[in-house]
Amino acid sequence: MPMYLNEDQAMLRDSAREFLKSEAPVSHLRKLRDDNCKDGFRHALWKQFGEMGFTGILIGEDDGGLGLGHVEAGVVLEEIGRNLSPSPFLTTAIAGVAALNHGGQHLKDKFFPGILAGETVLGLAIDEGAKHRPSHIAMQAERSGNGFKLTGQKQFVIQGASADALIVAARTAGAAGETDGLTLFAVDKDAANMSLDNTRLLDSSMAAHVTFDGVEVDGDAVIGEVDNGWQVLSALLRAGRAGSAAELVGVGAGAMDMTVDYLKQRKQFGRLIGEFQALQHRAAHLYSEMEIARAAVLKAQQLLDEGKDSAEIYVSVAKAKAGRTTNLTVREGVQMHGGIGMTDEYDIGFYMKRDRALNEFMGDANFHAGRVAEIFGY
Amino acid sequence: MSDLDQFRMEARAWLEENCPAEMREPVRGEDDVCWGGRNWKFKNEAQKQWLERCVAKGYTVPDWPQAYGGAGLSAGETKVLRQEMARINARPPLSSFGIWMLGPALLHFGTEEQKVHYLGQIARGEIRWCQGYSEPGSGSDLVSLQTFGEDKGDHWVVNGQKIWTSYADKCDWIFCLVRTDKTNKYQGISFLLFDMETPGVSTKPIKLISGNSPFCETFFDNVVVPKHQIVGELNRGWDVAKYLLGHEREMISGGGLGDGAPSLGAQMLTSIGANGLGQLDDGILRAELAQFDVDALAFKAMAERFTDEMKSGKGHPAQPNMMKYAGTELNKRRHELVMAGNGSDALEWESEASKGGAKARNWLRTKANSIEGGTSEVMLNVIAKRILDLPGA
Repeated sequence: MPMYLNEDQAMLRDSAREFLKSEAPVSHLRKLRDDNCKDGFRHALWKQFGEMGFTGILIGEDDGGLGLGHVEAGVVLEEIGRNLSPSPFLTTAIAGVAALNHGGQHLKDKFFPGILAGETVLGLAIDEGAKHRPSHIAMQAERSGNGFKLTGQKQFVIQGASADALIVAARTAGAAGETDGLTLFAVDKDAANMSLDNTRLLDSSMAAHVTFDGVEVDGDAVIGEVDNGWQVLSALLRAGRAGSAAELVGVGAGAMDMTVDYLKQRKQFGRLIGEFQALQHRAAHLYSEMEIARAAVLKAQQLLDEGKDSAEIYVSVAKAKAGRTTNLTVREGVQMHGGIGMTDEYDIGFYMKRDRALNEFMGDANFHAGRVAEIFGY
Repeated sequence: MSDLDQFRMEARAWLEENCPAEMREPVRGEDDVCWGGRNWKFKNEAQKQWLERCVAKGYTVPDWPQAYGGAGLSAGETKVLRQEMARINARPPLSSFGIWMLGPALLHFGTEEQKVHYLGQIARGEIRWCQGYSEPGSGSDLVSLQTFGEDKGDHWVVNGQKIWTSYADKCDWIFCLVRTDKTNKYQGISFLLFDMETPGVSTKPIKLISGNSPFCETFFDNVVVPKHQIVGELNRGWDVAKYLLGHEREMISGGGLGDGAPSLGAQMLTSIGANGLGQLDDGILRAELAQFDVDALAFKAMAERFTDEMKSGKGHPAQPNMMKYAGTELNKRRHELVMAGNGSDALEWESEASKGGAKARNWLRTKANSIEGGTSEVMLNVIAKRILDLPGA
């Protein structure tokens, strides 16, 4: 597979670019923030995602989807990042679907039609502490009758309060720190003994703290096999990490474009500030890093789509590289904008906030660099 | 089976049969690299055999047309061949500035006669080329070069001095930028080819901080160059030079890819040691190595993307400057980490255990990477101007 988009993928990018630029540009996010939107996204936009076919990218053709891959998912996510468009796309249509693809047909039948229509929203209940440590999951799922009883707490559940169901990782055996003994469940939003505390994050998205106080689910709620949830969780995480890396590249690209434009407009000392070599070199360095990050992300997606083992390491390379690079780009972007970059009125600050949240999502650059070292055995 | 899969099977079988076992070992020293040329002394029979077999197959320059000594492979086939060679750790049969730099320029600007003559020699490893670009007063500001060729009807008489000429003392011919019009800065330079044995050419090696002398000063004292040895048009040598610099930058950027081992950190386990968790026993250095491995693998993906995009005409024409900048800075970082990870062992300058101070000398050599072929600062200038379209400069 050559390392560039093929014709179909380029067409998908063009249509995603046009759609998001017109339907959900940064002003859309600003409005939603100013309206104090409790969902953190617009249901109407999510429906449009369904109409565009985006929500079916990872859903197989047998189940009514497009049966495409992670490269295509990334194409849409990069445009989402560029426009800071808030939606359940990454959590629901990419990471959530990647998990459900490992589940039984009854779960696909239950959730895929709603996802395809841009109606159903899934929340991912993975993290239990401030830092992403999936192997340290401690939440208990005890056998109870035909099903299980869940007890524990989760946090950083994006759009959890707006979700129709939560995908919950819990322990049916083993101890925190072990990858064996985990099981994934699809838990309906109205389950008894589950309470959600909805909270706004710095980037105007909504996330929930969720408390499970003996939440009963039946056996049908299990995604994949009991005790072998690590496999399902890994698929979910690979998709979510590659996807968030692609979105990060979009955030970085958007911030970079704004910054380079600004360098060509702002005058000081009687010259455009873009004429100053001190700024030119920093902008050129950002360009170089962004190009490399984009390549790393595409490589990870291609390896995922080809089902290669090396996808595992490249997903972490992609998340680490995109995380570090976009973080540098938004910081430099704000600095090069000078005072105006500090104002709420100007959009560059939104990019900085989004980067902060996406960097933390499913493991930051340090987590993934550490993972690369672990996989290489040092 | 697709055509490419078919080709892969054939290439694999051919390599299996033709690549000698000694040529499947990592390159350990300078003499493991085969540069060819009139005075080349093969290190061993295997090196000679490997070159001859590849020459016969067109595999020293697989993507060049067969008429010029190549194998006429498509971009896809070339990539497959490289993958198959990498799979068995096959050494390049021939390394040369002719292949990497002059060849592409001749393919683009040369006459049919020049292509058949010079490209064939390059492909067969018969002539070793050096590059006459920089001068004592013209480094980053290359276009200010002063070496002058006086028009004498059917030939030029060249006088002047070049510097940083790689392996000039070992090379057979030079491709050289010579001023042929003093009144026009950019459009007053011609791209000339001539034999280093021509009377009036002399070289003097420059000893570097590594203790080695890969570069020379090269002097021209009334050197006669026949008129047919010009590439491209008279006074338009800068166009050829710029085109060629793109290839040079591409070549130098490859240093950032290292020796093919996927992880630098993993190579450090013996020298640094591991703690109870099996992690490198130096937490801060481990973190630096992990960041490096991330950047190195990301750059590897970029190199693949760069090649694919350039071959399909999708890449930005100034992209080699970005590759050169990123690749050389990465390579310098790699060698800083090699030195840090190997501690006092890496300080040894002459011992047998250190292979004559290989680590230290290689480390010092990399400091030139971000200077030769255009400094990092010049690369950033070019990116700012040509890719980001920033004003002024």
